Amino acid sequence: MSQYYPALLIAIPLLAALFISASGWLRPALCFPLALTALGGSLLVSLGLLSNVIRGIPDVYLFGGWPPPWGIYYRVDHLSALVLAVVSIVGFVNLIAARPAVEKEFPEKAAPFYTLYVLFVTGLLGMVITGDAFNLYVLLEIAAITGYALIALGKGRAPLSSLHYIFMGTIGACFYLLGVGYLYIITGSLNMEDIARLLPPLYESKVVTVAFVILMVGIWLKMGFFPLHAWLPNAYTHAPSPVSSLVAPLMTKVMVYVMIRMVLTVFTVDYAFLVLKLNDAVVWLAVIAIVAGSLLALAEKDVKRMLTFIVVAEVGYMVGGFWLGNRAGFIGAVLHLVNDALMTLCLFLAVGNIVYAKGNSQWDSLPGLFRTMPWTMGALVVGALSIIGVPPTCGFFSKWYLLLGAIQGGHYGFLAALLFSSLVSVVLFFRIFEISYFEPFGASHGPDHGEDGPAGREAPLGMLVPLWMTALGLVLLGLYTGEIVDRVIRHAVPGMML
Amino acid sequence: MKNLGLLIVVLVGAVLIYATTDFPPFGDPESPASLHVSPRYLENSLEETAVPNVVTSVLVDYRGLDTMFETTVVFAAGVACFLLLRVPRRRTPAPRQYRHRLTGLTFRIKDGGEISLPLQEFEPMESIWTPHDFIIEKVCCYLIPFIQLFGLFVIAHGHHSPGGGFQGGVILGASIILLSLSHDLRTALKRMGEKTSALFSTFGVLIYAGTGALCLLLGYNFLDYQALDPLLPGGPVMARYHGILLVEVGVGMAVMGTMIWIFRNLASRGRHEEGL
Amino acid sequence: MEEVLRLVVERYNYWIYITLMMIGLYALIAKNNLVKKIVGMNIFQTAVILFYVSIGVKKGATIPIIEHNYDMAHQAIRAADYVNPLPHVLMLTAIVVSVATLGVALAITIMVYHRYLTLEEDEILKQIRES
Repeated sequence: MSQYYPALLIAIPLLAALFISASGWLRPALCFPLALTALGGSLLVSLGLLSNVIRGIPDVYLFGGWPPPWGIYYRVDHLSALVLAVVSIVGFVNLIAARPAVEKEFPEKAAPFYTLYVLFVTGLLGMVITGDAFNLYVLLEIAAITGYALIALGKGRAPLSSLHYIFMGTIGACFYLLGVGYLYIITGSLNMEDIARLLPPLYESKVVTVAFVILMVGIWLKMGFFPLHAWLPNAYTHAPSPVSSLVAPLMTKVMVYVMIRMVLTVFTVDYAFLVLKLNDAVVWLAVIAIVAGSLLALAEKDVKRMLTFIVVAEVGYMVGGFWLGNRAGFIGAVLHLVNDALMTLCLFLAVGNIVYAKGNSQWDSLPGLFRTMPWTMGALVVGALSIIGVPPTCGFFSKWYLLLGAIQGGHYGFLAALLFSSLVSVVLFFRIFEISYFEPFGASHGPDHGEDGPAGREAPLGMLVPLWMTALGLVLLGLYTGEIVDRVIRHAVPGMML
Repeated sequence: MKNLGLLIVVLVGAVLIYATTDFPPFGDPESPASLHVSPRYLENSLEETAVPNVVTSVLVDYRGLDTMFETTVVFAAGVACFLLLRVPRRRTPAPRQYRHRLTGLTFRIKDGGEISLPLQEFEPMESIWTPHDFIIEKVCCYLIPFIQLFGLFVIAHGHHSPGGGFQGGVILGASIILLSLSHDLRTALKRMGEKTSALFSTFGVLIYAGTGALCLLLGYNFLDYQALDPLLPGGPVMARYHGILLVEVGVGMAVMGTMIWIFRNLASRGRHEEGL
Repeated sequence: MEEVLRLVVERYNYWIYITLMMIGLYALIAKNNLVKKIVGMNIFQTAVILFYVSIGVKKGATIPIIEHNYDMAHQAIRAADYVNPLPHVLMLTAIVVSVATLGVALAITIMVYHRYLTLEEDEILKQIRES
């Protein structure tokens, strides 16, 4: 059975998305259970893949039965299995939390919403597992198109933000496609490992250099790496809350994974770090991203918008950690990828609950929240502590590895940026806690505050349970960091970095 | 913005042109792209899949997974347009106006009212309503069946000549779109309702993914059409041949349904009732 | 001089695609009207498609449909006689993707127009700032 896992991982959600779409026309009540089953199924499969990888069973799956350079194949290794598990966990947990919001905001469009939701997760899972550079592009577009549509569903500025996202996203995807084309024209292959095998004699070629640059720029555009992040805050802020808590944790992280995958598997570490010697420049870019993201977050007066800038800063963490080019930095980057997906999920879910109860997440609506929504705010505190990096939450450990990497690499700029951004996070979150805990309720409110009631209300149980699952997950992940690093990430570290 | 744009364009263009000097010349038969992977497709396609059109065999068999997701992208775009634009029916029932074709009298129907006279004698009047042109209407009436026939031909003949599911599906979809252009959206909706087009689009992709899953159930890899051998005549190679045909039909259905679906939502801003 | 000319003439397909691509990119960045931006986006995507298709060309080769007898008798098939089918396959995918993106982009543009009653970006931003 386990040899079918890679196919099942994609086939289950894809088929389910089709059934959801059909049942929207024939039997609408089935949509949500179908989506839940599908993502639950792929969650189980991805956990199965992870346990297979830990036990050392290789998973290569040839689609159509054709051998690698001719057909498309999926390959699971330690790195991809870990990211697969994260993607499917986030997709699944967020789906549970999405239901009340969907029923409140657009009940008549639940079927297409869930269809696109499941397809989005399918696209991301495929991107992580695929071993073919062009297949990655197609899956990237599935995730992107569904993402555009889901984001545009929001209120106010959402369509315009989504349109900007489309423009930037399309440039990014086309650059990626062009980079793959450049690799194809000089190697004649699209399979990642086959390209890696054919590339070494061509390292001097200008085509490889330019291909590398375009690919990286394309991927950075998609992940919102600092100077190319302009689309990200608006798109994530104005999206409906179940969508931003899906897209914000996943899209950027999966693109970071794609970057790592491209460097490790296609261009190989030797080329990226020894031939091109771009690492120092990229780490400095990451430093700028972290500092700028943190500073921009300080200027915001809306919790959700502030979080989007934190996402920009966190992207800097991962990119910088990876490009430090040493063992600790690599482990830190991958661990942070996992942790950050869950931390962002936790925070966005909490903000989603606030939006559900209050209608928006402006600072005006914060006062008194600790009294009216204690559970939501409790989880928000856990998420915030993790972002700041307080033990025993998981954020501490990945930051620890990143700091270690910065010291080992002698990159003190990155070290300073990490510490600075942690300090800024402290300020950011404690400001929120202060307002929502100490500021007397109603002080900043006018008389026209009738609609959500002065008492306020805690979010429904369906949203609290997934939120607290995530919050506890953050602590558990922190406690089991050693296990994860030892059993999974350590094996993914490329030989050169040891 | 203009200067910034110019700067970026010049910069990117320079980088791209810098790389072209190391490219193989145009049409070079010795370029790596022509020597490494693709010869195997050309040399073995006929033997392994019995399909002489190599583009089809690579598209649907060797790289069938790409094409499955490609169909899914189309489907996702259809669902996305529906999700974003479609206005739920009868939220604000507005009074409608009809013109009686024979006498030229106009009627105003109040909310929820129905006409008891034969409906084909009336035509709806709306703000962007335009009278039907007799010549265009009739020419299209005679043209559409042939267009559809050609669409079916293109799907069915994709193995031997340029064509296949995508191209045929687009032609089929265009025939229905032509009907809505030459008559109006309502006429086309009467021929092929919204639910039908949506289900066409869904089931088309389902045929593709389902064929793949069927191969999995029969004990082979996903999308390995060889598995269909027990169900189809002619041995494992012909099973691939027929599997490709099956999948192409699915692609054609999906593309046709989605094109119509997207067009309707875009053309009427999701209302499905205006004149166009 | 002759060297440069030969470089350009031998590889004119790349120059054409780069020119087209930069036209699209410029429109995408600098144009104010949203529909013009979408047109630019399409030109941009089409340029990439052109690039791929031009990779597949082989001098003296024909379309990749194998000549065969009725009974599928074995003849030697020379790969050099047929153009490379792989870029065509890939671009079929890319075309479909660009159509899908176009559809979604237009749908969202319709929403934007409905909300702000204009497609000029500066006017929309002005409206947002004022509200």
